[in-house]
Amino acid sequence: MASISARRLSKELSEIRSEGCPVGINLVQADDFATWLFTIEVMGESLYQGEVHTLQFRFDTSYPISSPAVQFVVTDGKQAPVHPHVYSNGHICASILGNEWSPVLSVVAVCVTLQSMLASCKKKERPVDNDRYVRNAPDNPKKTRFHYDDDTV
Amino acid sequence: MSSDYEFSDDDGDYYVDDEDMIDGTQDESGQSDDDMDMDAYGDDFKVVPKGKRKSYEVDYDSLSQSAVEKLINDDVEHICGIFGVDASIASLLLRYMSWNKERLIEKYMDNPSAITVAAGITVPEPPSPSAPIRSGPSSATQTTPTARRPTRSSTSKFPSFGSSKSTPSKTPSISPAQPFATPRAAKSEPFVCPICFDDSPTLRTLSLDCKHAFCSGCWTAYLSSKIRDEAEHAIRCMAEGCALVTPDPFIQSVLVPEPGAPAGDPAEEAENAATWARFQELVVRHFVASNPNLKYCPYPSCTNTVSCPSAALKASLITVVPTVSCGARGVGGQMSQSQSQPAQSSLGVAGREHRFCFGCPIESDHRPVVCGVARMWLKKCRDDSETANWIKSNTKECTMCQSTIEKNGGCNHMTCKKCKHEFCWVCMGPWSEHGTAWYSCNRYDEKGGVDARDAQSKSRASLERYLHYYNRWANHEQSAKLSLDLYAKTEKKMEDMQITSALTWIEVQFMKKAVEEVDKCRMTLKWTYAMAYYLAKGNEKDLFEDNQRDLEKAVEDLSELLESPIEAENIPALRQKVTDKTVYVQKRNEIVLEDTATGFLDSRWKWNVTVDGFDDPEKSDN
Ligand SMILES: [Zn+2]
Ligand SMILES: [Zn+2]
Ligand SMILES: [Zn+2]
Ligand SMILES: [Zn+2]
Ligand SMILES: [Zn+2]
Ligand SMILES: [Zn+2]
Repeated sequence: MASISARRLSKELSEIRSEGCPVGINLVQADDFATWLFTIEVMGESLYQGEVHTLQFRFDTSYPISSPAVQFVVTDGKQAPVHPHVYSNGHICASILGNEWSPVLSVVAVCVTLQSMLASCKKKERPVDNDRYVRNAPDNPKKTRFHYDDDTV
Repeated sequence: MSSDYEFSDDDGDYYVDDEDMIDGTQDESGQSDDDMDMDAYGDDFKVVPKGKRKSYEVDYDSLSQSAVEKLINDDVEHICGIFGVDASIASLLLRYMSWNKERLIEKYMDNPSAITVAAGITVPEPPSPSAPIRSGPSSATQTTPTARRPTRSSTSKFPSFGSSKSTPSKTPSISPAQPFATPRAAKSEPFVCPICFDDSPTLRTLSLDCKHAFCSGCWTAYLSSKIRDEAEHAIRCMAEGCALVTPDPFIQSVLVPEPGAPAGDPAEEAENAATWARFQELVVRHFVASNPNLKYCPYPSCTNTVSCPSAALKASLITVVPTVSCGARGVGGQMSQSQSQPAQSSLGVAGREHRFCFGCPIESDHRPVVCGVARMWLKKCRDDSETANWIKSNTKECTMCQSTIEKNGGCNHMTCKKCKHEFCWVCMGPWSEHGTAWYSCNRYDEKGGVDARDAQSKSRASLERYLHYYNRWANHEQSAKLSLDLYAKTEKKMEDMQITSALTWIEVQFMKKAVEEVDKCRMTLKWTYAMAYYLAKGNEKDLFEDNQRDLEKAVEDLSELLESPIEAENIPALRQKVTDKTVYVQKRNEIVLEDTATGFLDSRWKWNVTVDGFDDPEKSDN
């Protein structure tokens, strides 16, 4: 299976390099097939004007059959956007990263979805259970079984 | 997104509301009067005649996986007969409705297309122009994932019941004849798998009715991951936003090669076959979890199910402790399904019968105490684990000479090697007083709690009270384990003796039987301390503790006897003594179980805290 994930990621990477990413999304680091970093910023009118956040993708050999581990970077002075589905440790509660994941989805598709999740946000606030979750959260957000409580993500 | 599709397995509490019971789906699963008693005792050890149910036992049946599959097939055939659909569709519909046939029939009669769409069997009618764009059947030619903008999940993968968002107004006919596209040859137009980007012309591609085609390698990897890692029993198409569910024959066609197909990698084929078997098990598990009359055996790698309708209602759990056994023993590879050769069962965890509680997630026999109280106690122990940790230590100091004494057997009658002081390991009091009627090691002296005035001494008193019960609870557990360990050594000796002396195999079994009985009774005793901790003060509690004390005394005596030195010449005498004491211990255990169970049926037990389902405690200074 190792070959599928490497083959897929190299294909995705070459496409990003040749065609670029959608507006507001930039590839920062992709030195291997284990961890990629992107910056993400919401274009136009939104609550996140002027904010640039860093998204981290971690892949294992089960990609793309199973989803990558995706979270906002919260080290080196970086912060996770304040959003009802983003925990302060960078973990994201989004169904496409969990039970709605499809192997057809790509890294860029995930970035675009998260970008539009921010764009459509109406109130900047942390999830209600932020403190409790962050205290006990596993390192890998994929180990969490999020309960997707609304239809917008 | 909230969908009725998922069922919660969060806390193992799968009871439906009593009023909302699934209407007798399996009620007819005949309750035989078969005595499930698999005790490894000969007739000399029987106290209660076989075949008669005791008040602390429940009626239940144990079912193998294939027996449950038969129940499933009956339901599936029933639905096939009514709807005129084929078995794989009926099965998906039933799974979608959590195997509730009556509700399925109702929903289906009401709007067949809505439910077949919701269950992922048919593709919805093309959405109106205003609806979000779905990924079309052209995905097969789409090679650039970057070009795809993900559709939002609000396109409703599994609309909740009653939602008519994606339901067309007219009723399309359902074509059960062709639930999924059969494997097709590569088309003339070059196919590139949108997942792995393989474009080799010999690629075998597969798709469901939605025509989302992927290569067989990706399907295999995907199905394996869903089945093995996510334990899913309803697996959707791989295309983004596609709600079709893979029917069983499709899964089988991917994982199990058709007869006559060219042989592949044997290791891979074996793994896929195991995945297919696991999937069938998942379907059985889902069926069992959906039916309050059934419970899956919680022991690792066991696939048996227990049917216990009398404990299916939550309300019944305040009067019965539904201890059941699936009929198998052992774990993993050494499991035996045999019920007919109990005498060969070995002691210890490896050979232990799969006993568990039907009413709660506790994977052991927690009689005599009811589920609600047992769970409350376990939670308390978890919360206070740090406070109580020191108790588990295997060494204590002699109260007379302060030398360190290590406990290495199950017996709680300790004798200091140095000063010969005899004392009780549990309460550290002199052993000589333990036999007398006025001394009670098991009872907590509540006096201290009443005298406590300030908050600090009150909390110390409450901790002391808890530790009294916890100490005894933990000690029985530990003693049972230690006596099994010790027996492992004795067993060897007994077997040697069988060779060197004229004793028969039967004649050297008495120790094993006694150890088993001690183990069983210590488990009863253990839980009596959980019960006593919550029992309200009064006559009933006093009587309960009298029975507890008598059992404890009998068990300690037998336990001590089991640790006496064994020589060939003292075997006949020892055998007589051990046998007598074992019978007595069994009788005391019966009394505790019987009396406590009757007490629950008569609502005789009152608690010092609020227990779900019971009357609130009367005001007391407990
Ligand atoms: Zn493929
Ligand atoms: Zn599809
Ligand atoms: Zn079992
Ligand atoms: Zn229970
Ligand atoms: Zn001493
Ligand atoms: Zn004592």
